[in-house]
Amino acid sequence: MPPTQSPPPDLAAPADAPAVPVSGWGRTAPTVARLVRPRSYDEAVAAVRGCGARGGIPRGLGRAYGDAAQNAGGAVLDMTALDRIHAVDAAGGVVLCDAGVSLHRLMQVLLPLGWFVPVTPGTRYVTVGGAIGADIHGKNHHVCGSFSRHVLSLELLTADGTIRTVAPGDPLFEATCGGMGLTGVVLTASLRLQPVETSWMTVDTERARDLDDLMARLTATDHRHRYSVAWIDLLARGAATGRAVLTRGDHAPRAALPRSRRARRDPLEFRPSRLPAAPSFLPDGLLGPTTVGIFNELWYRRAPRLRTGELQRLHAFFHPLDGVPHWNRVYGRSGFVQYQFVVGYGEEEALRRIVRRISGRRCPSFLAVLKRFGDGDPGWLSFPTAGWTLALDLPAGLPGLDGLLDELDEEVAAAGGRVYLAKDSRLRPELLPAMYPRLEEFRALRAALDPRGVFTSDLSRRLGL
Amino acid sequence: MKDAFGAPQSVLVLGGASEIGLAVARRMLVRRARAVWLAGRPSPALDSAAASLRALRPGADVRTVEFDALDTGSHEEVLGKVFAEGDVDLVLLAFGVLGDQARDEREPAGAVRVAQTNYTGAVSAGLVAASALRGQGHGSLVVLSSVAAERARRGNFIYGSSKAGLDAFAQGLGEALRGTGVHVMVVRPGFVRSRMTAGLREAPLATTPGAVAAAVESGLRHRASTVWVPGALRPAMAVLRHLPRPLFRRLPL
Repeated sequence: MPPTQSPPPDLAAPADAPAVPVSGWGRTAPTVARLVRPRSYDEAVAAVRGCGARGGIPRGLGRAYGDAAQNAGGAVLDMTALDRIHAVDAAGGVVLCDAGVSLHRLMQVLLPLGWFVPVTPGTRYVTVGGAIGADIHGKNHHVCGSFSRHVLSLELLTADGTIRTVAPGDPLFEATCGGMGLTGVVLTASLRLQPVETSWMTVDTERARDLDDLMARLTATDHRHRYSVAWIDLLARGAATGRAVLTRGDHAPRAALPRSRRARRDPLEFRPSRLPAAPSFLPDGLLGPTTVGIFNELWYRRAPRLRTGELQRLHAFFHPLDGVPHWNRVYGRSGFVQYQFVVGYGEEEALRRIVRRISGRRCPSFLAVLKRFGDGDPGWLSFPTAGWTLALDLPAGLPGLDGLLDELDEEVAAAGGRVYLAKDSRLRPELLPAMYPRLEEFRALRAALDPRGVFTSDLSRRLGL
Repeated sequence: MKDAFGAPQSVLVLGGASEIGLAVARRMLVRRARAVWLAGRPSPALDSAAASLRALRPGADVRTVEFDALDTGSHEEVLGKVFAEGDVDLVLLAFGVLGDQARDEREPAGAVRVAQTNYTGAVSAGLVAASALRGQGHGSLVVLSSVAAERARRGNFIYGSSKAGLDAFAQGLGEALRGTGVHVMVVRPGFVRSRMTAGLREAPLATTPGAVAAAVESGLRHRASTVWVPGALRPAMAVLRHLPRPLFRRLPL
């Protein structure tokens, strides 16, 4: 065969990209968009310039639960091909990487060097770009704040096709953090890292017999731990309403590892195992009040009343669900809805009412967690504010769920709280300005920066962001 | 955009003065709809329908637009005008006429009008709407068929045949639109108590426009392709459809 020259790598042409159904992690409202996967910054620029009349939106690993990374009839920019880690300052604890790099990848690379990501959500399978766009938080929010607080600077590809470097303090930076990808495409970011001696956690577990007991325990001792969260049984009723298992942890120092174990030889080992993926044909209704009720009962009883200093693998502590790929399929074809809200300190009565309401309605939520947030973050649409945050998932097919969540929205808004846009798939747009007081500034910045509305998502259409 | 439960924010009702169309619009306004287009021939009924919706939710953007199912040449322009104003999450094909079976048998022109409204007009409007929905990459097209489409009956086969044609068309359109983001749902109500059926003898399993609207809402939520109202009609018609003709003829339907 004569030697053939490989064709020049052509730019990803948005107009030719395949139109495919795109949905969020909750799989509730799929819409069709052209999926463009830029493999270089030039291709990303070309993709933004060629978005067409219905605009485009960047997408990472698709872990936003609702419609944040969908764009019906337009372009969706899959950023996961831009996944290089450019530089690691192993002495100073700073990494410069592409926005398409996942936190999983960062952990693989950084843990052996003695560094950990500053903030991780309940899954490692999010990209750095997505973490900035949603301004994610983790179990350490009460100590460390949200993800964007650890971003030193980022490069943003804006609607006019130019790449700008933005840093904390810059309005564009603050609009971008939590801005759900609507200010532009994050191309790279440099992050400040968290030093660790091992890839192990020392974990304290304790049970709380009801919601008041839970809040009292969290309030009293949260500050002693870097990471803190409580799993809450929303099916428990009566005197047990809001019973919970508190899990608090810290990075284990090297000295805490037992001398005899393999762990001591390779204290920074990071090799999370994964089970087979959940199959795609699971029916609706597997997670009903009965199954979840049994699960919750066992989960609560399995937990020790009090155990301190248990050693856990980092991935077991932070990302238990990552062990089952496609776990979202267990909710069946109708998918599921995540509902996460925050109400400020002093609004405990609203939280109590909401928890009573959910448990009174027998809502089968087996992934409900309660956490105390620290101070709010600078992002204009960042979710966290000082207060209590409760997150729960519910099957979308649950009868009456739409009405119930609307009622909870009212309760949350009346208490001065808000719901989390990265998880939202059903909020009423009328409530948004009350929940996000800086929404008008955000809209004004977008109108000036992106007058043609190049960056558009199903979320932005639905809520009028 | 529709939310996680399939509730639309904008609705276009073709046949805006129809009672079922109005019941659906009302139900959607209570949920998430904030923009409603009522398309129909200009009439006091259409205006009062719009007024009743505005009264239901002040602040909602309720508009009427002139639309005639029989004037197929104008469909592209009329629907184009609506879609140019913004995305439409739900298009409801609700227009249709019952005709007068006995008279239409004597005067075929009347039968032709039934066929042209219910079938030809719907084919035209349905295709125009489908193309617009396809362009926006999302949305539902809900087509009001009828239980009468399932098996021809002596008493209403002109109407029934027009709905049978429409039903088959809508099913095929749904297949054609798979993977485009557009969802097509065929709704087959039984006897609906409304202006259209006033004075007629009520059939078993009769229902109301409100019940049809509730079934549409639930069908949207589950992204159903076929909805029977009431649901019991599905097994009932599965049997009736295969009943030997001499037996079927004797049934008091």
